[in-house]
Amino acid sequence: MTAYLIRRALYALPLLLGVNVLTFVLFFVVNSPDDMARMHLGQKHVTQEAIDLWKHERGYDLPKLWNAGAEGTAKLTETIFFQKSVGLFLFRFGRSDSGRDIGADIAQRAWPSLAFAVPALIFGLLVHITLAVGLVFFRLTYLEFWGVALCVALLSISSLFYIIGGQYLMGKLLLLVPISGYDGGWNAVKFLILPVIISVVAGTGSGVRWYRTLFLEEVERDYVRTARAKGLSETRALFTHVLRNALIPILTGVVVILPSLFIGSLITESFFAIPGLGSYTIDAIAQQDFAIVRAMVFLGSALYILGLVLTDISYTLADPRVRLN
Amino acid sequence: MLTLFWTDALFLLLLAMLGGLIWHSRRHEHLRRPWRKVARSRSAMVSAVILLAYLFIAVLDSIHFLPPDGEGGVRYKTEPVSVLDWFLTPLRTRVEKTYSAPLAVQGYAKENLRLADGSSRWDYPRLEFGGAHLKDPARGWLRDVLRTGFKGAAGGLGLGVILCFGTVFLIARVRELPVSLVGGEVLSGQSEVPWRAILGTVVVLCIVGGVLGELALKYHVFGTDKVGEDVLYQALKSIRTGILIGTLTTFVTLPLSLLLGILAGYFRGWVDDLIQYLYTTLNSIPGVLLIAAVILLTQVYMAKHEEEFASLALRADLRLLFLCLILGITSWTGLCRLLRAETLKLREMEYVQAARALGVRQGTILLRHILPNVFHIVLISVALDFSSLVLAEAVLSYVNIGVDPTTDSWGNMINSARLEMAREPPVWWSLTAAFVFMFALVLAANLFADAVRDAFDPRRAD
Repeated sequence: MTAYLIRRALYALPLLLGVNVLTFVLFFVVNSPDDMARMHLGQKHVTQEAIDLWKHERGYDLPKLWNAGAEGTAKLTETIFFQKSVGLFLFRFGRSDSGRDIGADIAQRAWPSLAFAVPALIFGLLVHITLAVGLVFFRLTYLEFWGVALCVALLSISSLFYIIGGQYLMGKLLLLVPISGYDGGWNAVKFLILPVIISVVAGTGSGVRWYRTLFLEEVERDYVRTARAKGLSETRALFTHVLRNALIPILTGVVVILPSLFIGSLITESFFAIPGLGSYTIDAIAQQDFAIVRAMVFLGSALYILGLVLTDISYTLADPRVRLN
Repeated sequence: MLTLFWTDALFLLLLAMLGGLIWHSRRHEHLRRPWRKVARSRSAMVSAVILLAYLFIAVLDSIHFLPPDGEGGVRYKTEPVSVLDWFLTPLRTRVEKTYSAPLAVQGYAKENLRLADGSSRWDYPRLEFGGAHLKDPARGWLRDVLRTGFKGAAGGLGLGVILCFGTVFLIARVRELPVSLVGGEVLSGQSEVPWRAILGTVVVLCIVGGVLGELALKYHVFGTDKVGEDVLYQALKSIRTGILIGTLTTFVTLPLSLLLGILAGYFRGWVDDLIQYLYTTLNSIPGVLLIAAVILLTQVYMAKHEEEFASLALRADLRLLFLCLILGITSWTGLCRLLRAETLKLREMEYVQAARALGVRQGTILLRHILPNVFHIVLISVALDFSSLVLAEAVLSYVNIGVDPTTDSWGNMINSARLEMAREPPVWWSLTAAFVFMFALVLAANLFADAVRDAFDPRRAD
């Protein structure tokens, strides 16, 4: 197990390096720091001195890969690639283009993101799995047909409609909850109810349909038929046999997204003004803050790769047929 | 004078290729069989009719030309318009001052009106075009709307019925059966292809089109937006954007995933490792962030090379094209993984081993034995991805990393609706129009894709 973990961790390194090189190429080679400076300072009426000053303040005035003017190892370290990209490996994100400490911002903003994402995931799983089991229980009836039809209709609606519609209905017409905003501590609950409900409803179509196919695959298996043949009730067969076995793919599907919960949801957070990492990213995109976008790209990739490793491990824990070697 | 944008040319090229594919499939029995299964599915064929209607509008909107400038006919205006624009000139040019509700004759907000006798009054102004023909809107409005709508419905019904008769005659002609027999079969719903459902959809579409068309000549059916533009016109123009995003992306995804997926699966070894590394790396970057990064960089590039993107329309068009390309780059990995797995399976099949033992060259094996046998996966994947791409456009436009703000798109309509819903009274019609048009397209695409998957996936074959 330990050896396997170490090997997986080593496998993640080249992936992270690849992500790093890709972002470096995107942000520094395709467009030079000069272009970025012009973008920020305005296209016209900007002097070369102003650009140089902007670059120097943010450390973008170094050579890209190789500093011929420096001594010894500084030839490698006094470069944009080393300063801006290698630091990411140690999760040192540096300062944003507007001068804030990105690492501190992320540490502070991860909590509101989690406060929304974790309940949304848990309630979503509960509701969707329950509905899917219900559909499978009533399979080959009109109830199932119309249930599936409703799912297809629900998943054909853009998530934006759910958010705007939900905000209008619950917040403005019924005046039940605040439309948007956030507060620390337990006060956050009243702000989080609406986004969590909306995210559960918006995911119903695709979630229920997906879990239903997982359950249907199991329902036709021999062991379920045997269970029925030896006299178990349909309910019993469904809940003790089918549900338990179908939970394996569901579990691994959940594990892969667990780390990414930190990143938060871009759209929901910015609609409901939750000060999490999702809205942080959106704001960075809107303000064209390249340093933050770069940091979030790296963080997102690292968490995704962590998710992949965790999935492999969870397979072995949940499914005794899988052996790591 | 015909002036095609980049996206126009690529879209028409794609349609031509699709046409070629259909013509090719018609002559091969093993390709016709799954399509016949699709054709027997009622939901799939109803969806297909709706999709074709959308496609028709998108094609009309993708043929741009420079309209002649008044007299002489030699000089041309500088801004190209599409055939659809030209067709919808009444909708396009009748611009009000600001918001107005659907079918309204009065403006959205009260303003100071100067009366004929010199005094002024604080009231809702009459619209410049919406219901301008009515003398006394308070009494004649409802009757006029109903009468106009009924006229449109009758016209649509007439056209629909003519189309139905034409189709029945054609079927009878092709199958060399008497018209009455075919007509009876279609009417009772016993034909193999569900013609009754298809023709019913056609009639309903004709009626809806007739009602909308007649009403749109006199009113703003879906109201007007902030700058007074007709919302129905915007929604119709958005069809092209949605369909283009869903289809042009294949120009990136198909070559990349086909080439890399098949090579990885067939050659294994270091080729496989390299390609797997490539797509895992790309996959691990959150899609939205990659798109955001590339769109930001495109903006920087365009700002730097301002002189090359002189016209606003050209800029918007290139941004749409870039968006399609980037969406392609972020979404080819899934298909590539599927193709790799399938090729790994296929290369151990007897017929491939036989070909190898007989000394067939590797290129030939890949082209003649592997490629045709993974093609159903490509088809299913493209069909399933279409609707998610249309939905993705809306989300991306909301984050301002989607299409250009000047391009008509459902995402931009929803984006503006966000503030409009907070007004008092709420401006709900932009959102509703975007919802209706988008929902119909995505639902039809989902249903059709499900039928395609059921027909082409061998595991689901009965």
